Amino acid sequence: MTEHILEVEDLRGYYRGVFGVVRAIDGVSFNLDRGTIMGIAGESGGGKSTLAQLVSGSPPPLLHREGGRILVDGIDIYNIDPEELRTEVKCKRMSYVPQASMESLNPVKRIRDFIFDVVGQRTGRRVRSKERKAEILEMAANHVKTLGLNSSVLDLYPHELSGGMKQRVVIAISTLWNPKLLVIDEPTSALDVTSQKRMIKALLKLKRAGIIESMLYISHDLTSLRQCCARSMVMYAGKVVEIGSMDETINDPLHPYSQLLGAAIASYDPKGRRQDTLQSIPGSPPDLRNPPSGCRFHPRCPYAMDICKTTDPPMFTVGNGSRQAACWLLKSKAGE
Amino acid sequence: MINEDVTGSDDVLLKCENLTKIYTSGLIRTKTVAGAKNVSFNIKKGEIVSLAGESGSGKSTVAKMILMLLRPTSGHIFLNGKDISLYNIRDYYRQVQAVFQDPYSAFNPFYKVDHVISRAFGLRQDNPDEDERKEIIESTFLSIGLNPSEVLGRYPHELSGGQMQRLLIGRSLLIGSQLLIADEPTSMIDASTRAGVLNLLLRLKEKEGLSVLFITHDIGQAQYVSERVLIMKEGEIVEQGSVNDVFTNPNHPYTQELLASVPSLYEKWEELT
Repeated sequence: MTEHILEVEDLRGYYRGVFGVVRAIDGVSFNLDRGTIMGIAGESGGGKSTLAQLVSGSPPPLLHREGGRILVDGIDIYNIDPEELRTEVKCKRMSYVPQASMESLNPVKRIRDFIFDVVGQRTGRRVRSKERKAEILEMAANHVKTLGLNSSVLDLYPHELSGGMKQRVVIAISTLWNPKLLVIDEPTSALDVTSQKRMIKALLKLKRAGIIESMLYISHDLTSLRQCCARSMVMYAGKVVEIGSMDETINDPLHPYSQLLGAAIASYDPKGRRQDTLQSIPGSPPDLRNPPSGCRFHPRCPYAMDICKTTDPPMFTVGNGSRQAACWLLKSKAGE
Repeated sequence: MINEDVTGSDDVLLKCENLTKIYTSGLIRTKTVAGAKNVSFNIKKGEIVSLAGESGSGKSTVAKMILMLLRPTSGHIFLNGKDISLYNIRDYYRQVQAVFQDPYSAFNPFYKVDHVISRAFGLRQDNPDEDERKEIIESTFLSIGLNPSEVLGRYPHELSGGQMQRLLIGRSLLIGSQLLIADEPTSMIDASTRAGVLNLLLRLKEKEGLSVLFITHDIGQAQYVSERVLIMKEGEIVEQGSVNDVFTNPNHPYTQELLASVPSLYEKWEELT
């Protein structure tokens, strides 16, 4: 048993099509410890969802893994037989809930029948016998209850559920086999603030109940990431710019991009309006068909130096080794 | 409820009185849903008022009634003391303009963005010639913080969401409107450029005395940008007051619940840790 549930080493993922080659993920490395929730933050176009799709083991047609390894619980998921990937990794070890997944429920089937379909698909054996159905339903009811829903939702049709309920049902279904790792992409973006909070609480409860062990939580919303993640990773233009604990990344960001991102958000403060004006980041994210030379953030960075334009900064480790950031400014601070 | 002080004072720009909108659906078994129930509020000149609430609470219904896109079932809206149904429609839109959620759908993708801007001259009363138009466009763009050479002559897909949204705000400025209805103007643009739109609204309020009805579900933005806030739930305004009062010391149970669910960058929810 390895220490990390997920290890990503120098991962490269490119979109190839008539539009050219888009380097959406370019040299991403990180580890996720067992039992932790890591949040991935960044603007759209930063590569967050692409990363999740690659980690899920089944990237969409135009997305290709061009290099690097992904180890889930020690298994190299791009180096095993597809059948083994399905039985050993996707059922037991990792579950992926994509963006807008609440629309994936079958509108003409009750939730329970949809679950039988999913189980049949995953196990390669259709669910027919009464005993098996009862067994699966019990499992599902247990998960649904942990997520704060009544088990009677299993007898309803998707249109009878609200957005937040649908989302929780999808999460319940995707965690049926108690995966060790849950990769979840923007679970709250289509929900109201009140359902968002319920959603985040439900996810944490899932972890506390031991149904899942670790989670990779992707969101553009730093404020909700802040509420539930212990670790954070900030991505920009297909690269990791900073990894560290969530608190440190918010309170004392190392990379200029994390600093600017934090300063651009109008966050609610119950103590009253903050007086400082928000700063927007000048410019827009680069075209990843031909990314800027050197550091990909240098055209928008207020601290850009000459070296930033020519050489891509490595990840510098700062402090006791738990924080890393890719910025030349940290070269002197980094402990060798 | 006609308050003489309010109707009498001339700094009230827009006044909504007991606005009610009932949607009916179905032919035989009709179902009715109240989109708005007895909504009353006013907006002063040079004031940004936020309208906050969850989805389905009737925020957009109110906006559409103010924009004359929906006819209220009952109730009245007054602009500068005159009922809006008495206005000439061109006259009305000269004073009230809107910015919507999706900037990409506001532009015709086949035309350069100049087209949208020059069409706006049709609403102006003066009829400037080519050179004057150019000057007006340039000065408007500079006042919204866009470089005209960067934006003009481009197609919509070449601009970022934040730039397009600012361009639309600039367009309403060019028409010379006094009231801007901003219906979730920042929800489809990135966090890093959102601040630009919010700061632009604040600056226009200071400099041009623009009034804005800022519709949002994002409490953080409402707190940042506005002085007064209206909280809506199920078609009714449950609480209204100054931002400082409502957001730091909510009275209504719904407002309290809503504010308790807003994630903050500055502190963590206690019950989760």
